[in-house]
Amino acid sequence: MGFEVLWKGNNMLRLLEGLWAALRISLISVAVSLVLGLALGILVSLKLRAVQVLSRIWLEIVRIMPQMVLLFLVYFGASRVLGLNISAETSALIVFSFWGTAEMSDLVRGSLAAIPKIQYESSYSLGFDPLQTYLYVIIPQIVRRMIPLSINLITRMIKTTSLVMMIGIVEVLKVGQQIIEANRKSSPNAAFGVYLTVFVLYFLACWPISRLSKYLEKKWEN
Amino acid sequence: MDPEVLKSYLPRYAEAFLLTIKIGWLGIALAFVIGMLSAFVIHFRIPVLKRIAGYYVELFRNTPLLVQLFFIYFGLPKVGIVISAEACGVLGLGLLGGSYMSETFRSGLEAIPAAQKESALSLGMSRGQVFREIILPEALTISVPAIAANVIFLLKETSVFSAISLMDLMFTAKDLIGLYYDTTEALFMLVLFYTIMLLPVSILGSIAEKTVRGKMPGQ
Repeated sequence: MGFEVLWKGNNMLRLLEGLWAALRISLISVAVSLVLGLALGILVSLKLRAVQVLSRIWLEIVRIMPQMVLLFLVYFGASRVLGLNISAETSALIVFSFWGTAEMSDLVRGSLAAIPKIQYESSYSLGFDPLQTYLYVIIPQIVRRMIPLSINLITRMIKTTSLVMMIGIVEVLKVGQQIIEANRKSSPNAAFGVYLTVFVLYFLACWPISRLSKYLEKKWEN
Repeated sequence: MDPEVLKSYLPRYAEAFLLTIKIGWLGIALAFVIGMLSAFVIHFRIPVLKRIAGYYVELFRNTPLLVQLFFIYFGLPKVGIVISAEACGVLGLGLLGGSYMSETFRSGLEAIPAAQKESALSLGMSRGQVFREIILPEALTISVPAIAANVIFLLKETSVFSAISLMDLMFTAKDLIGLYYDTTEALFMLVLFYTIMLLPVSILGSIAEKTVRGKMPGQ
């Protein structure tokens, strides 16, 4: 069935390293998206016309364009149009952060919109300034609503990083391909075992995270 | 950007576009069927099948389409199951989408207040009638925004088909960039065709969402 090839040499270790290459890109992008998304979401909630229009356009682009297309635009387009030579990994980080920031800001905006106005008014009447109001009153309240949703976004980002192989980054699928190619003679059926293993590895990376998200959502429902 | 180049690229992109939407919509139709069946099985707690549907949903929601396609297209032939690239695209999208649709329909069914069912039963409707005439239409109405979001998500996912050597829009763009180096034109056409594919669906989705808002039972 082609599983034997996994125990040859350090093939399994190489697969895991490939998975880590993909996970690392998603984790960095997630971190960037969380910070920038929170800032953008608050900015949008201040209801400045220009900011609202721009963020709306940003969000629509991200919603309509497949991440794969965005990757192509940055990876192939930037060098052509801007004359920049951006590595595949940097392109991936730019695209996933661009996408994540937009989605995250919309989650923040939605959560902020759900906070009753009286929370702000009470806070001001107690003498808090707007910054203090956000820091001590509003943000702690939206965090609960946001955490399950952002964890959900994280699993989506992890799954989407599998696309980076299409712009030539060596991640788990690519390593799998290499292993299959190298053992073409000795294990002709390696494709079955290797791709099934990659399938299971992705599942093991995402499943616990989405369980956590569901658990927190239920726990913090009220 | 050179308009002549754009014109010369048009036929290839148009062909790729048709292939992409064909596989995309067939896959979405399959996703609808699988999702509906799986949601029923889970909702009505049908023994054994309920378990299988539950595992299926978790497995396919937590893995990327690209990895699923690699397994179906390159892995399965090694154990004697050979599927053509197009069928594989439809099947992959259908299985991925089915797991999302299943969750959507299931939570739609769960959201219907018990009073709806009890009232219909007390009016003398049979269980079958209650489900067909009351529960199902209401559940579908509630699910409209989530279904629209799933459809958009699935249409976007079609962008990975080039990995199993289907000549879709991504494949065409990459091929043309490699052949002629008219990167700007090739990317412009790529964005243009994906916009044509997704913008109408996105607009229809928000119209549908506004139409059903406030028409939920018990509100």
